[in-house]
Formats: sequence, C-alpha cells, structure tokens
Amino acid sequence: MSPPYVVELSEVTKVYGGQVPALRGVNLTIGTGELLAIVGPSGSGKSTLLNLVGTLDRPTAGTVRIDGFDVAELSDRELSALRGRTLGFIFQQFHLAPGVSALDNVADGLLYTGVPIKVRRERAAAALERVGLGHRLGHKPNQMSGGEQQRVAVARAVAGDPPLILADEPTGNLDSAAGAEVLGVLRDLHAAGNTIAIITHDMEIAEWCPRRVRVRDGLIVEDEGDGAGRPAEITKGART
Amino acid sequence: MTRRRPPAPARLSPSDVLRVGAAGLRARPTRVFLSALGIAIGIATMIAVIGISSSSRAELLRQIDRLGTNLLTVTPGQTVFGQQAKLPPEAVDMVKRIRPVRTASAVGVIDTTVRRTDRIPEAVTSGLTVQAASAELLTTLEGRVAKGTWLNAATERQPAVVLGSEAATRLGITRMGVRVWLGNRWFTVIGILTPMSLAPEIERSALVGFPVAERLLGFDGHPTTLYERSTEESVESVRAVLPRTVNPENPNEVNVSRPSDALAARAAAAGAFTNLLLGLGAVALLVGGVGVANTMVISVLERRREIGLRRSLGATRGQVRIQFLVESLLLSALGGVAGAVLGALATAGYALSRDWPPVVPPWAIGGAVAATLVVGSIAGIYPAIRAARLSPTVALSTV
Repeated sequence: MSPPYVVELSEVTKVYGGQVPALRGVNLTIGTGELLAIVGPSGSGKSTLLNLVGTLDRPTAGTVRIDGFDVAELSDRELSALRGRTLGFIFQQFHLAPGVSALDNVADGLLYTGVPIKVRRERAAAALERVGLGHRLGHKPNQMSGGEQQRVAVARAVAGDPPLILADEPTGNLDSAAGAEVLGVLRDLHAAGNTIAIITHDMEIAEWCPRRVRVRDGLIVEDEGDGAGRPAEITKGART
Repeated sequence: MTRRRPPAPARLSPSDVLRVGAAGLRARPTRVFLSALGIAIGIATMIAVIGISSSSRAELLRQIDRLGTNLLTVTPGQTVFGQQAKLPPEAVDMVKRIRPVRTASAVGVIDTTVRRTDRIPEAVTSGLTVQAASAELLTTLEGRVAKGTWLNAATERQPAVVLGSEAATRLGITRMGVRVWLGNRWFTVIGILTPMSLAPEIERSALVGFPVAERLLGFDGHPTTLYERSTEESVESVRAVLPRTVNPENPNEVNVSRPSDALAARAAAAGAFTNLLLGLGAVALLVGGVGVANTMVISVLERRREIGLRRSLGATRGQVRIQFLVESLLLSALGGVAGAVLGALATAGYALSRDWPPVVPPWAIGGAVAATLVVGSIAGIYPAIRAARLSPTVALSTV
C-alpha cells in the first residue's frame, strides 16, 4: 500500500529569518523509479529544496509529503525515523569516517535502522558489491580514490534500500573520469529500480538525466522529460 | 490516501551505543590519553590516600594483634593532697594473687643517671632512666633479649645492667661486658633488649635488679610501674579489682591503663588526617572533569559534519545526545580505571617499602568508579545537549 508519489510538494514556501524567500510556492512530485536532476545556479533555492525533500528542514508554508507522510505532522523523532528508513543521502564531500573500513562506513549507515551489526555488515557488503567495490571492503577512505570514496558513500545511501536517494552535487569534488564512474553507478541503480534525485548546478549532468527540474529564484521554471526514462550516454563525464 | 502509522525510530542496542561512543574516542587517541590523564591523577591520588591510611591502620591492628590486648599497667596516682602517691613494695605479690592474672612484674624508677663514662657530666642523661626491674618483667612484657642475657637471681644482686634497645643506641653500646657509669659506680652491661612497642619507657631504660638497686643505689623499693597480664576474657574484671588489690588503703591513688588502647586510638585516628589529602584528590578530579568537558565541547564543534551525517542517516536528537554522553562517560571511566590501578600500585609500593600489609578497601575502588561516572556524565551533559540541538542543515553545511 505504497503512496503514488515518493515526494509530493505543494505550494511550498521557505523563508529564512524574514528575508527574501528561498522558495516561493513550489509544486513538485517525484514518482517511484524516477531519475531526475534538480538543477539551478547557486542561490536558486535548490539546496533549500534538498533540505525540505530530505526532511532536514520544515517549510514555512505549504505541505511536504515524503513517502506519504506530511512532514508537518511528524515529531522530530518520527522525522528522524522517516529519514533513516525512506531516504539515502549522498553528499558532495562524501562524509566518510576516516580510519574506518569501507564495510564499516557503509554498515554504520544502517546503525539507526535497528538492525543487528551482523546483518548490517552483510547488507553493507552487498551494497558495496552493487557499486562495484566488492573487492575493497577492508580499505579505508585514505586508501581509495575520490571516485571510490564517493561510491562507498553511494553504497551507504542504498544499503537500506530507501525509496528515495538524494544526491547533492555527487560529482562536485571529483574529476571527469571519477564523476563518470559515479554517474555510471547511479545509472545502474536507477536501472535496478531505485528512485534518484540529483541536486546539481552542472548542466551536463542535468542533460544526462531523463527528467530535469530547473530552479531559479525560488521557483521551478521548467520541468521536462520523463523521469522513468533511460539516462543519456555519458560522453565527456561530469565537470564541476 | 489511507493514513499510515508514523514511523518510530529504532532503539540502539547497548552494544551499539558503546561502539558509537568508543568510535569517537578511537579516532583521537592523543587527546583521549591527555584528558583521561586528568581524571586518572585525581582518582589515583584519592585511592592512594585511602589505601595508604588503610594500610597503616592494618599495620597498627596487626601490631595490636601480635602484642595482645591483655596487658595492663598500674602506676601511682596522686594523693588527695596533690602529692605523688607511691605503690606499696608488696604490690606485685598482691596482684599475682588475683586468679586470672598469669604474670605480673614491676619496675621502679631510681633517682640516678646512667652515662657512658664518669667523664661525662651528670646533667647529660640522654633522656635515659635507670629502673629497678623484677626478674619476671621480660615474661610479662613478652620481650626478648637481642644480645646477652636477662637478669637472673645472681645478676640482680650484682652491679650488672640490661639496656633497653633505645638506651643501648643512645649510649652507643653494642657489645656485652663493657661498663657504664651508673649512679657512682661502674655497672657491667650483660644484655640488650629488643624494641617493645607496648612499653616504650622500657626501651629508654637501663635496668638493674631490685636487690642491687636497694643496696648500692639508694632505691626505696617502691615500684613505679606494675605490669600485669591476665587471660583476654578477664582483662576488664582484673582491671576493676586492680586498684583495691594494689593499694587497699587508698585505691583512688592508683592509675590503671591498657597500653594497647593507645595503639587502638592511633589506628582509629589514622584516617583523620587523610581528609585534607582526599580533598586535594577531589580537586584534581574536578580539574580532570573540566578537562573532559572541554575536550567534549571541542569534539562537538569539530564533528558537526559527523553529527549532520548521523542525523541524515536517521539518528534522533536523543541518539546523538547519548552518543556524546557515552563518549564522555567512557573517557572518564578510562581515566578512572587507570587512576585506580595507579593508586593501588602506589599504595602497594609504599606499604611494601614500610613492611605494611597493602590494603585498598573495595569501597574506595567502588567509590572511585562511581565518582568517575558522575564526573563523566556531568562533563558530558552540556556538550551532548549542544550536539543534539545542532540543526542537521547547519551541521551538514559546515565545511
């Protein structure tokens, strides 16, 4: 009995400290199995959008529904649980714990889902296999390339099989080749049925995604393409 | 759309809580070592202070055990007119007739001095007294001769002297057969006694026989201290009848005391002076606690990104709070355990160097652990609350 949309934003406004609104009435829905880019220059409101979709923040007005739950109706604890179960985050800076093996970095991502450590490690190993790092389980972040580190972070995001994966500038800290490597992993995950939203200012990545949501000055100015479609071929890879 | 139940956060298992708390410490070993050191110093001080005073008390109790508590001494008190009373010469024989009394003997202070030679001025007494001693004295005091022999029926009539251990040291005598100037004559040293903790006055005495004292030194025959040993159970009843036995006419002119009481009092007082030192240890512990709090505050500031990540992974505020609280608790517990071990080692080292039985009371260890847990939680509360209050978006946007 799954809700029709993973994400449902209606007339969402966000104002920080009574200044210029960061979002001015945004409507957006993301269906299961979509791969989309939320694209816009810095200051366009796309980071605010990420925070709201990621339930890291609450809207000033309007409703945000994630996996069918109205964020406004949930307590902080329930919101945390929703986040842990429904969302997988990928960050520009990877956010891996230094000195901890890839396996445990991914396994710790499942810490708050209430699964025992043995199962967490099994799932982590499976997730690392999915991102093509099955042979590097014991490696620590400083022993891996940037692309590999970001793939560990991707594995952490998908290990719990969340209905939505949010990637915030996933290639922002990588060179073209490593960026292409990570996008390839995301394409494979999408092909396997995962829902992925990439927040980026990179037009190339946006063009690569089957659906593009353009944000400018706190409004969605364009929403084109079918998120369920196949992504384009990666030609030159992504540049920052 | 059908209303579904809102998601409930999963509980972390205790082992996961510990793992998360320990992970934060493992990442920064030097800092952990230094801040745990502060706690360790405080705890070690307190354990060592308690341990050393307990060991000293145990030693005193052991001494009391060895010496026995059945020795009573009788000394003359004062007359109703405030003059020095005297014990009757036949007092020892009277005391021996009390049934539970096993042995009794007497010494009498002689008004003269003992010197190494006649060339040393009379005023230089070295704080030594000359006493007449009955032959049974050594039995009553359970003393032993370190060298030579004790007085016997023959030598107590002759100018022969047995020196207490302290008297021998002060006179510089180690060999038998040498002569000392006692009264106005030469006396031959025939024995030196071992130390006697229950009768320290004997250690500082030169002892001669009653007969020779009366014949050559003008001794009046009145004993000045009477020693008596009875069975352990009857000490109190003997104590009650002693004054009337010793001096039936004026029982109020007799003082009875129990030398082991003085040791027992010392044992009881052994803990008193430690309060100040304990206070010093507590201050050290407090400073250590401030160090832990400081470390934790800095840790929270540095790890905003980690906190943000954990929140994005589904950690509730409470789970972030408990993580930092556990980290603080582990940090100070680490210091506490190290401090307890250090304190116990210091106690053992000190006690063994003085030949005491090393004693660290379990309650001190328990108290130390409890104290570190209290310090750890107090030091951790504020940083943990700060960490939990951090908004995930702010935490994640920190570069």
